[in-house]
Order: sequence, then C-alpha cells, then structure tokens
Amino acid sequence: MIFVTVGTQLAFDRMLRVIDEWAGSTTPTPEVFAQIGPSEFVPKHIEHKAFIEPTEFAERARAADAIVAHAGMGSILTALTYGKPIVIMPRRADLGEQRNDHQLSTAERFKGRPGVFVAQDETELPAILDSLKDLQAAEPIPPFASPGLIKAIRDFIDEA
Amino acid sequence: MTRKKKRILAVASGGGHFIELLRLSPAWSSCETHYLTSLPGHADSIASEARLHIVRDASRWNKAGVILMAIRIFWLLLRLHPRVIISTGAAPGYFALRFGKLFGGKTIWVDSMAAEDSFSLAGSLAKRYADLHLTPWPDLAVAGSRRYEGSVLG
Repeated sequence: MIFVTVGTQLAFDRMLRVIDEWAGSTTPTPEVFAQIGPSEFVPKHIEHKAFIEPTEFAERARAADAIVAHAGMGSILTALTYGKPIVIMPRRADLGEQRNDHQLSTAERFKGRPGVFVAQDETELPAILDSLKDLQAAEPIPPFASPGLIKAIRDFIDEA
Repeated sequence: MTRKKKRILAVASGGGHFIELLRLSPAWSSCETHYLTSLPGHADSIASEARLHIVRDASRWNKAGVILMAIRIFWLLLRLHPRVIISTGAAPGYFALRFGKLFGGKTIWVDSMAAEDSFSLAGSLAKRYADLHLTPWPDLAVAGSRRYEGSVLG
C-alpha cells in the first residue's frame, strides 16, 4: 500500500493528478490511499479522503510500503520514525499552493538523506513512482529528539 | 515531602508542528503538562496524564480569527499561569509565549525544522519573547541569541 498525504491544511492537486494518472496507467493497479485535503480534484484511480485524524495518519504511515507527500515536516518525521521510504514534492507559493516557499528549502535540506527522495516537480514524479518498489528506507529514527536537545530544554525548565 | 510539579504549557498548531513538539516531550516528563493545539485529534498522541486545550487556528490573513485566537490564548494563560511555555510554532505559539511572559512565565521557542528565517512570521515575532531560542539546524545558530543543542530527528 502506498500512502499519499498533503497535510492538514491545503490541497495539492499538482501532485495528486500525477499520482492518480500514474495509478490508472500502471498494471497491476497499485494500491494507493490518499489524504487529499480540501481538494476540488476528485481522483479516479485511488482511494481517497479529505482529512484523517492524527491516529489514522500514524497507522496508515506505519502500514504503508512507501509514502508520497508534500514536503511537510509532519509527513517527513512520520516516515522517518517508522522507517518508511518517502517521496516528497515541495509546494510552491507562486502556484498558490502555500503562502511561502518553505517547502522548497525543506526539500533541499532533506535531499540526499537516506530514505528521502525528492521530486522537484510534477515532471520528476512519474519516474520516481515507477521505481517506488525499489526505494530503500533508512533505519527508523528514534521517537524523540537528540539527548542533547532534550537536556538543554530540561535544564532550562529545571532552572525556571 | 512531595514537591509540587512545575506546570508547563506546550504549544503547537496541529499537524507537523505538533509532531515536532512531541519529539521534545521527554524534556518535561516531570512537569504537570498542558498542551495547546488546533487539532483535537492530537488527544490520542499525548501522555495520558497530560491535558489538551484546543484553540482554533487562523491564518495571518484572517484578522478576526487571529484576534479571537489571541483572546482565547490570553484567557488560557491567565487561568493556567504556567511556569514554562514552550512552542515549535506557529501563531498559537507566538501568542502563548507573549502572554505567558506577561504573566511571569519562562519561555522557550524551538524553530520548526521547516522554518527558514525569511519564512516564519510567527517565529520572527516570537523570538522577542523567548528566554531560550533554539534551532534544529546547526548552520542557523546565531551566537548569543539562537542556540543549536541537537537535532529534532534524534
């Protein structure tokens, strides 16, 4: 199962259309579930829902073979925590997909990290989807931040 | 003798910011913990003894929504009076730090992993009210103001 997610706020049809088309033209038809946000585009070839609760989000990510998502930190952290390969495609402000281009810089930050695969735009996505089965996940990251960061915060709280 | 637990309010809008916030949560495991977020579904992901408060998130373009959110957060801070307020973003975190500090709390702002300087309005406003300002990326540390102490990734 491939888990597609566009996050809690906005639609991301530029990514969804490509995934839907890809699913429709691939044999055997891949099993895909997509959380599509407040989208006007209705996918024809994949199971979809506008929103899911955080618990279902975590469960679907855990059960997935691979995750395809906007370049949001919630999606990336969840994939890394469960040790799933994730394909991220950044939203763009000039296309009205987000207020700013922070996802472009997030994609840049995570590019080349084991288990994270960047599709810079919709033209790069189909080839990555074709190779989805071969994408290697990284070892799961720990469930919490680094001990150094935790300690810095705890020390500050103790002093407060 | 039992010492009264320190009260902390941990704040993040629903979704990615809240997932980042929870990755820091061992830091306040000994505190009386209150969370504030915009997505009620996060109730299932927090420690069972922690309290969850909900505020409706508003984009910066929706003025009435922002004012309503600010008022709700003001009252929550007045009522809870937390010793420490921590946030990973965004707008609810800014208001929580600002009002929390007003009522004598100590404040921590941890930049989101997604927040490059030029993009985060809440972050650039909030850091004025942060007693401790941390960044999750070493290259974004600024001597004397924004410290890098380790990665959110673990």
